[in-house]
Amino acid sequence: MNAPATPSALVTQPGVLALLLRRPTAMIGLVIIVVIALLAIFAPLIAPIPPGKLSVVHRLTPPGPIWFFGTDEFGRDIFSRTLYAGRLSLLVGACVVAIATVLGLVLGLLAGFFRRLDTPLARIIDALMAFPDVLLAIALVAALGPSLLTIIITLGLVYAPRLARIVRASTLVIRELPFVEAARALGVPAWKIILRHVLRNLTSPILVQSTFIFAHAMLAEASLSFLGVGVSPEVPTWGTMIASGRQYVGQADWTILFPGLAIVLSVLSLQMIGDGLRDLLDPKLRGQM
Amino acid sequence: MTSSPPANDVLLDVQGLEKRFHTRNGDVAAISDVSFTVRRGTIVGLVGESGSGKTTAARCILRLVEPSGGRAIYDGTDLFALSDRDMNAYRRRLQIVFQDPYSSLNPRMRVDGIIAEALEAGGVPRRQHQDRIADLLTQVGLSPDHSRRFPHEFSGGQRQRIGIARALAVGPELIVADEPVSALDVSVQAQILNLIQDLQQQHQLSMLFIAHDLSVVQYLCDDVVVMYLGRVMERGSSRAIYAAPRHPYTRALLSSTPVPDPDARTDRIVLKGDIPSPLAPPSGCVFRTRCPHAIAACAQVVPPLEAVGPDQFVACIRHNELSPSASRSNA
Repeated sequence: MNAPATPSALVTQPGVLALLLRRPTAMIGLVIIVVIALLAIFAPLIAPIPPGKLSVVHRLTPPGPIWFFGTDEFGRDIFSRTLYAGRLSLLVGACVVAIATVLGLVLGLLAGFFRRLDTPLARIIDALMAFPDVLLAIALVAALGPSLLTIIITLGLVYAPRLARIVRASTLVIRELPFVEAARALGVPAWKIILRHVLRNLTSPILVQSTFIFAHAMLAEASLSFLGVGVSPEVPTWGTMIASGRQYVGQADWTILFPGLAIVLSVLSLQMIGDGLRDLLDPKLRGQM
Repeated sequence: MTSSPPANDVLLDVQGLEKRFHTRNGDVAAISDVSFTVRRGTIVGLVGESGSGKTTAARCILRLVEPSGGRAIYDGTDLFALSDRDMNAYRRRLQIVFQDPYSSLNPRMRVDGIIAEALEAGGVPRRQHQDRIADLLTQVGLSPDHSRRFPHEFSGGQRQRIGIARALAVGPELIVADEPVSALDVSVQAQILNLIQDLQQQHQLSMLFIAHDLSVVQYLCDDVVVMYLGRVMERGSSRAIYAAPRHPYTRALLSSTPVPDPDARTDRIVLKGDIPSPLAPPSGCVFRTRCPHAIAACAQVVPPLEAVGPDQFVACIRHNELSPSASRSNA
């Protein structure tokens, strides 16, 4: 028997970062989203003017040295507001991913691992998937009343079935693998098999899907805010900024340009990361790049 | 096989095992009326080509799939009659080593984690785990230093050793070895077979050894069960069957085994066609469609297993007409 050449310290499976480095597009996406996240997180330090400060004299001023992105119809600084809005968008995205992942995991694992639960749960998942996501979100927000918490919970519920489907499909495969049979032959209880064997091997598909959900959630939050069923209009989010700037597009296109760009860049970068991860973690696609 | 069984008492008595799968095209009888015994401290070989139901039979005995009928009397208790909870008490007494050394180890767990799971299931206190892991790894020919590595850092043979260590961790009495070497390089096969044989003798293990290679079985096993399309064609002591195979299928299998002697005269019996679909098994004797000796009567009745010697049973209506000497003369 020949001993493996690699020293054991170096060997663990390549980390996500190392994988991303091999995909330039994914790497660019990662850089963009990290920059956006840093700008949002440190918004209070970076923003030159408080986001709520009104300066009616300077309303609808074009971008310049004082107001980098110009001002809106109340003379508020769009640059500062865009930074602050990023905090909310990222917060919503992160919370939605967390809720959708936990819910999707529970539903998907139960449906995939226990055959008896599969048919009823799979039907519920499919039924939820059949609704257009924004429409379902609007209905839920209308029922629960608009607030940041409502939006987060609502979008979490909307995206949970997507993750549940992926988890269920992967669980169906993993459940039949010999190492799971070995655990069953040892008499390991089902919940331990699920945590130790199934869940650990689900990390790749969950990671990919979560990235996409993050992007979708940010977009959906912007859409809801734009439509006025999201947070109250005075709270700066990219969606509310575009909604209020919409009326002045003709004379002051910068009011919607910069929040719009922020949405495009963050969603695009997340999609690039997701695509890269999916290609890298899917052995079937590996080597075709 | 040279080692004589230490005692004659039966550890596992499989009686009339049946397994049917429900499919869209109707029920499929994967296993019909399979019976055999495993005596304490002996190795029983379960042989047959792919699709003969060997693995399914073994998985039924371990209750990894639920059997449709029959009994498996293990040390006086019918395993098939146990509730899932009661079966768990027996699980540490029966273990399995899988065919594929790659998918049988969780790629995300380190070696010590894999073995510790078995120790935990076997009720070994946590503070003893490290010593037991080192001991088990040494027993299977690995180093205790390997315990922090992941499965993908090992070769196929080394992985199979880890799988064997996991099975041994709970101190089983019976191990099902499901083609444990067929996925390995030929050069590694002998090492693993020797390891299995050493451990079997050392721990006084009983073993159900599944294989499609009869030369391996001859080397290792005390008894042989030959299966075809879910039924037992012939069973008995290795000595009797290798000396004088009575069933045409056994003869065909034996004649296909290469003999490491260029002067040995072998008349190869080449079977035509493939194993029939279990969805539409032939009437009567399931082997008749490929049997060189089949006659019209073979389609009429399912041949019962009949004793043809003290240690040999055969399911063929023509076993008396077909002379035992027609087989290979290596007895």
